Amino acid sequence: MLILRCPYCGVDCDETELTPGGEAHLTRHGPESSDADFEAYLFQRENPKGVHFERWRHAYGCGKWFHAARHTVTLEVFGTYPAQVLEPPKAIKNAISAKVPGWSWRAFS
Amino acid sequence: MRLSCRLSKVDSCGILGNRSRADGPLNWVGTMRRYSAFAIAKEAFRDHTGWARAWGNPEPKRKYDVIIIGAGGHGLATAYYLGKNHGVRNVAILEKGWLGGGNTGRNTTIIRSNYLQDPSAAIYEKARALYEDLSQDLNYNVMFSPRGVMMLAQTEHEIRGYKRTAHANALQGVATEYIGPERVKQLCPIIEVRGPRYPVLGALWQPRGGTARHDAVAWGYARKCSEMGMDVIQKCEVTGIRQVDGKVQGVTTTRGEIDCDKLGIVVAGHSGHVADMAGFRLPVESVALQALVSEPIKPCMDVVVMANTVHGYMSQSDKGEMVIGGGADGFNNFTQRGSFHHIEETVRALIETFPMISRLKMLRQWGGIVDMTGDRSPIISKTPLENCFINCGWGTGGFKAIPGSGWATAELIAKGEPGPLAAEFGLDRFREGRFIDESVAAGVAH
Repeated sequence: MLILRCPYCGVDCDETELTPGGEAHLTRHGPESSDADFEAYLFQRENPKGVHFERWRHAYGCGKWFHAARHTVTLEVFGTYPAQVLEPPKAIKNAISAKVPGWSWRAFS
Repeated sequence: MRLSCRLSKVDSCGILGNRSRADGPLNWVGTMRRYSAFAIAKEAFRDHTGWARAWGNPEPKRKYDVIIIGAGGHGLATAYYLGKNHGVRNVAILEKGWLGGGNTGRNTTIIRSNYLQDPSAAIYEKARALYEDLSQDLNYNVMFSPRGVMMLAQTEHEIRGYKRTAHANALQGVATEYIGPERVKQLCPIIEVRGPRYPVLGALWQPRGGTARHDAVAWGYARKCSEMGMDVIQKCEVTGIRQVDGKVQGVTTTRGEIDCDKLGIVVAGHSGHVADMAGFRLPVESVALQALVSEPIKPCMDVVVMANTVHGYMSQSDKGEMVIGGGADGFNNFTQRGSFHHIEETVRALIETFPMISRLKMLRQWGGIVDMTGDRSPIISKTPLENCFINCGWGTGGFKAIPGSGWATAELIAKGEPGPLAAEFGLDRFREGRFIDESVAAGVAH
């Protein structure tokens, strides 16, 4: 079972204690945006076979949303961090680079 | 009994042969034996030593008219109907693993077409209709068993939903009916309809739905593709897609460069991965969907039962195993095993609905990587890359659609434009807000 540490309470949560919330760091395009941007925000996903940044909610705990960096093939968790950021903190990026050679933030073109 | 054992051995000959042998290109056209009772009787006299391999094991050529990436059910069906319906036979089907080793060999083999939306009902009903005589068409026994599929209504909301679907199906020409709990009990006596937690209030019943042998579907298509002169190339992973001026030129594989005029991407859970090579994004996320089977028991249930509220569906295989499918993981992954708590959830609910299975031992559990779209409907579409086509997004319900999906995708690739079956399933529907919303209509399980 997937175990993630909630960055707010510091609790190691079982997957059943959490609600998955899909890809993190999406740009939220609003009503004035182009159709392409709005489609990208609502539907298009990186869906990587590798490092994935995602949102989780500590539903049966503090109830807050946080982010996790996880490998979608090995299920290795690189770390979790609070959601109030536009990109992953440096510590998380370093942890990933150490484990996944050649990885870079937003490698998807 | 002896005869049937022999037969299954013959069935698996092709795939085993292909895995272990890597001999040079053979001309398979015209060498294919017709399978029949007469052929079995004839072979019996020489201890079944005369059976040839079911499909070829060729080296890739330098160039093909059409390359299909992915030799699962959908990819092979696409190739088959390209040859059969459109006369395009210079085709290669590339598979990184072995034939039908992905979701085609991992599903719970349910076939039905009781969908709410018109475009879905059309393509799934086309598929179900093609399954009816697929064994004859392919000269390969896919063991289609139209034993009937019932989707249980266990909440008031589901009753209304399924009654609505039954009316929609009547207009679409799909034979379904809404039945009450007494009829459910009559069709499936081992079911506990009284609850208390999950009472059975009724069901949507499709008498011509059922199951088929999933491996045989892939093998049957592969054999026919091989017979038409197509190259089914296993252990050949695509690592890059070459393009010039926004037009596809060919693919780079672990077995060299191969050129093509047209490219079809039919890779289910790995669609996002391959689309990345082609340089575009998809409205798709990949998650693991699980299934499990019990130890074999005597025949106790001759219909397929789906319980969408509790995320469980069950049927009994010809070997006697109870085949159980459960919910999909909520987070992206490529593990082909899935989270344990989903099994717990499924089994807990099914035990209440089928009390007699409570002491059954489960033999095997596995997962498949399914590609989920935003509206839970598939994508059969042109792509931003010219002459490159994609068939993906079947999510949790691809097996039932294999013949129809192949039929529609073959038409799209041959003509360059979608036919009536595929027209509504374009990628542009997400931008235009023209969804085929089965996530609400079909509940969870597909």
